[in-house]
Amino acid sequence: MITWPILSVVTFLPVIGALVIYLNRGEDEAARRNSRWIALWTTLVTFAISLILVWRFDPSSADFQFVEKTSWLATGITYHMGVDGISLPFVILTTALMPFCIIASWRSVTSRVREYMMAFLLLETLLVGTFSALDLVLFYLFFEGGLIPMFLIIGIWGGPRRVYASFKFFLYTLLGSVLMLLAIMALYWNAGTTDIPTLMHTAVPRGLQTWAWLAFFASFAVKMPMWPVHTWLPDAHVEAPTAGSVVLAAILLKLGGYGFLRFSLPMFPLASHDFAPLIFSLSVIAIIYTSLVALMQDDIKKLIAYSSVAHMGFVTMGIFAGTMQGVAGGVFQMVSHGIVSGALFLCVGIVYDRMHTREIAAYGGLVNRMPLYALVFMVFTMANVGLPGTSGFVGEFMTLLGTYKVSLPTAVIATLGVILSAAYALWLYRKVVFGALTKPSLASIKDLTFRECLTLFPLVALTILFGVYPKPVLDMSAASVQQLVNNYNTAVTAVKAAALLQ
Amino acid sequence: MYQAIVFLPLLGAILAGLISIYGAHARNPSGDEVEHHHDDHAHASVAHDDHVHDDHGHDDHHVSEPAAAGSRAAELITTGLLFVSAALSWVALVDVGFLHHSARVPLFPWINSGDLQVAWALRIDALTAVMLVVVNTVSSLVHLYSIGYMDEDPYRPRFFAYLSLFTFAMLMLVTADNLVQMFFGWEGVGLASYLLIGFWYQKPSANAAAIKAFVVNRVGDFGFLLGIFSIFMLVGSVDFETIFGAAPGLTGKTINFFGWHADALTLTCILLFMGAMGKSAQFLLHTWLPDAMEGPTPVSALIHAATMVTAGVFMVARLSPLFELAPNAQAVVMFFGATTAFFAATIGLVQNDIKRIVAYSTCSQLGYMFVAMGAGAYSVGMFHLFTHAFFKALLFLGSGSVIYAMHHEQDIRNMGGLWRKIPFTFFVMCVGTLALTGFPFFAGYFSKDAIIESAYAAHNPFATYAYILTVVAALLTSFYSWRLIFKTFFGEPHDIEHYEAAHESPLWMLIPIGVLAAGSILSGFPFKEVFAGHGVEEFFGSSIKMHPHIIEEMHHIPGWLAHLPTVMMLIGLYVAYLFYIRRPYLPDELAAQQPMLYQFLLNKWYFDELYELIFVRPAKWIGYQLWKKGDGYIIDGFGPDGVSARVLDVTRNVVKIQTGYLYHYAFAMLIGVAGLITWFMFGYGGR
Repeated sequence: MITWPILSVVTFLPVIGALVIYLNRGEDEAARRNSRWIALWTTLVTFAISLILVWRFDPSSADFQFVEKTSWLATGITYHMGVDGISLPFVILTTALMPFCIIASWRSVTSRVREYMMAFLLLETLLVGTFSALDLVLFYLFFEGGLIPMFLIIGIWGGPRRVYASFKFFLYTLLGSVLMLLAIMALYWNAGTTDIPTLMHTAVPRGLQTWAWLAFFASFAVKMPMWPVHTWLPDAHVEAPTAGSVVLAAILLKLGGYGFLRFSLPMFPLASHDFAPLIFSLSVIAIIYTSLVALMQDDIKKLIAYSSVAHMGFVTMGIFAGTMQGVAGGVFQMVSHGIVSGALFLCVGIVYDRMHTREIAAYGGLVNRMPLYALVFMVFTMANVGLPGTSGFVGEFMTLLGTYKVSLPTAVIATLGVILSAAYALWLYRKVVFGALTKPSLASIKDLTFRECLTLFPLVALTILFGVYPKPVLDMSAASVQQLVNNYNTAVTAVKAAALLQ
Repeated sequence: MYQAIVFLPLLGAILAGLISIYGAHARNPSGDEVEHHHDDHAHASVAHDDHVHDDHGHDDHHVSEPAAAGSRAAELITTGLLFVSAALSWVALVDVGFLHHSARVPLFPWINSGDLQVAWALRIDALTAVMLVVVNTVSSLVHLYSIGYMDEDPYRPRFFAYLSLFTFAMLMLVTADNLVQMFFGWEGVGLASYLLIGFWYQKPSANAAAIKAFVVNRVGDFGFLLGIFSIFMLVGSVDFETIFGAAPGLTGKTINFFGWHADALTLTCILLFMGAMGKSAQFLLHTWLPDAMEGPTPVSALIHAATMVTAGVFMVARLSPLFELAPNAQAVVMFFGATTAFFAATIGLVQNDIKRIVAYSTCSQLGYMFVAMGAGAYSVGMFHLFTHAFFKALLFLGSGSVIYAMHHEQDIRNMGGLWRKIPFTFFVMCVGTLALTGFPFFAGYFSKDAIIESAYAAHNPFATYAYILTVVAALLTSFYSWRLIFKTFFGEPHDIEHYEAAHESPLWMLIPIGVLAAGSILSGFPFKEVFAGHGVEEFFGSSIKMHPHIIEEMHHIPGWLAHLPTVMMLIGLYVAYLFYIRRPYLPDELAAQQPMLYQFLLNKWYFDELYELIFVRPAKWIGYQLWKKGDGYIIDGFGPDGVSARVLDVTRNVVKIQTGYLYHYAFAMLIGVAGLITWFMFGYGGR
């Protein structure tokens, strides 16, 4: 075993980086350059250390690994960290994407660079902490704490309507959070502990299950985001700086799905089962509704944001199907969406940096001068459409397959999404990339620079690799997902059997 | 060997792709600075304006740019690798078909999760071997042809990369060992088709056609996916072996499909057939195929005639053990096949674009193949697929040669008398037409007549319907095919300028069409026994499951009926001769007499207009309404915006306690809501 607290190191290293940046005062160009480099190196080292987690992780065990536990606050509230097959992929996703965010902001952010980099590093700590916290209070702190740097990133470095967007984002998420805090208190009252592994094996009375499920749902549904609480997302994306959009789409949206997997399903299986039809309905509405809305967008980022909502619909549907393929597909879809949507926002950022507009109508014919960009954008468009051979297909396919057994109408209507996603994604590509280059403003636009290639090519490779060989991710989560599904089904069947006996 | 057959085209695609990207990048510099002070001059854009052609009927455009670096290398690499692949395919056909060495080559795992086990593997049996030969032969010839046809295009490396990528995806499709891998190939060819239709991405019509092809195919794929899910739900596996083993046990099971207790096998087969309808452009999902003619002509020959569009036929043949157990699904297949055969032929009668005529003909011939599938005569359908690949590729490449000679003129009304100028092209086009119309001893004669016989002999509610429609379609086929020949090659030239400049194509192009012409004759009789005779069982073995008596019964239909298709073909030929050689004023008179019918056919039964009206516009309208009314008015209006607005209203009245910050009020409201929930929850939790 590893003798040093590796999870804590991965979690808190970025904060140390932020501290170093803070100490490195000055507002001249040299100070800016220093903070960029410090941020980059911090995220790279964090990523490298997190790879040790992958290397030492035992995928055959469903238990929490790299566990750290020390007493912290009152009785029953401890500093408890650990990862299992469900949380590890998200930890890696976070640490892996952060360097890309830093590189993507290299030249586009010119004001308050120090603060910007510190916000990102702080955000990384909070996100990794959320995924590896094994105590409800600790989880809540990280989970809610993540709001603050994101709020600042949108509110300070965002576009013209950044204040509206950041408040909308804040209002929505806060509403859910407050309710979740209450549920956490109720759980503590019920079991006398906030230790997550213990709570996962504690039976919760049915009535409390229902209310606590709803309270958690309020929080996670907003984060996901599920229809109809999704409207903050397009606004937040549109106003956020490129790297902010990347983190938002790639990681922040995964907090909701992760929450469902960590809390709703294992702790409140009966309520989850009761509410599954609700989730199915909302997911299906999200898929169809937002896909149709995406068809009509005239802003590139908004279109991708709406398509994110649709893709998250597949995730919630798969998770609450409660089958092996559904849940594993949900996890995979989240990882894949993290890569693909993150990359799509990077692609938008690249043309935004050049032209300073996100209007679809302002573009057209980019392929004529930006062939590399066209190729990269095509790969991610196809992944967004769910073309087999890209990672987008595997997640969509598995969630649909897993749901079909449980709720055939849900899966059938959700499958309609594959038609609509093709329509809006290809339409976007055609308007932006294909066609003749006739707009005078685009006449001198230039292709990807080396720095931009550096952010995009690894993601292209991952998208295709996970499309033809998704085994690394699937295997990592298999044992934990299997255990989750077994426990869920045992709980549900036990109640059904009891109901039959009466 | 099998790995080489499948992966050599992929290697070629990657190499050509790299050459293409390298060249493109060298010509277009990197940089994230935009020279904004040059905005007013816009000098760079002018250079690009000159190749924005969109005049209908011209399938090519002349680009003044120099060819990309390494074009010749990309051409030779991809073409060379394809020829190796094709040679190996013929070896495989002999080895598997005649020496019975079926093989299964496992590669590596793909999606493993619980009981879902999907692996990459190559399955080589007689059915696959036939497809390997068809795909690789036609593809290698098309590669060779394209070297000549595309010689003026500056983006040849990209073109050849796409062609080879397509071939790879098609090979993955036909060698699939499970439904999901087949779906991979299925969508992969869809992608390649999308890229190739939109190859000239500066043409708006090409882009529109590409998207249409992809989206309409996705409608079919919707059914395919649901079919896969159904199979997995019923069998717990997606491997062909397991599915076929479990299939007999599934008869009588039902699936609750939106309250309708459907027979499980019938439903599954119909869903899967929906995928086939999309890919093979069958009635209702056919609208993308004619538009796909926007792509370069070699693409039309390879993808939209010989290979990709036959994937649906191949899929039904591959799943014959399922379809044989679902007679109702077979009836559906036969109905759609026969309807398409007739419907597409009627449209072909009046079209004027040389490629569109051939495209509708393809659509119609695919309908024939599905008729055979519905009759349970899978090998007969495969026979027509095999022969059709040769003569239809020939017709397309021949048309390409005509278009090339006429400087990218595609309207047959502007042609005429060309046989003197391009005799070789004329000769091979005649061979292709004879084969297509089923002239005795040409390839189509054997395969098409066998299909019509199988329709007659079939035990199917739609057998008579299919028989009548296919016989009538034989007459129509003959008419429109000869119409094309007569209007193009005979009579007086209509466009003297182009006529005078017309010249025979380069050798790169003549060799492939010569080979295909030979194939259009030789692919018939020598293969008759193994596809439609007594050798079927021995040749195909267990790779397809035939209707047990269909071959026998086909050979016992009344003698006069057996000759009916040939008679129809001769009538069609005579009428075409009458209309376009003897009395050329007749067609115009007829069109003037029957304006309704003429317009109906000319506008392709108004399907595009209908779909625009019932699908495209409503989707856009609903999308817009949901966005503005749903998100904007209802959700935001009653959600965050509404909350803040109400709070502001209140504050205007209660000025004294206001602090001016919107979120203070929102926060106060949240606390109220939270208090309410607390009261409920702790009421339960404390109990």
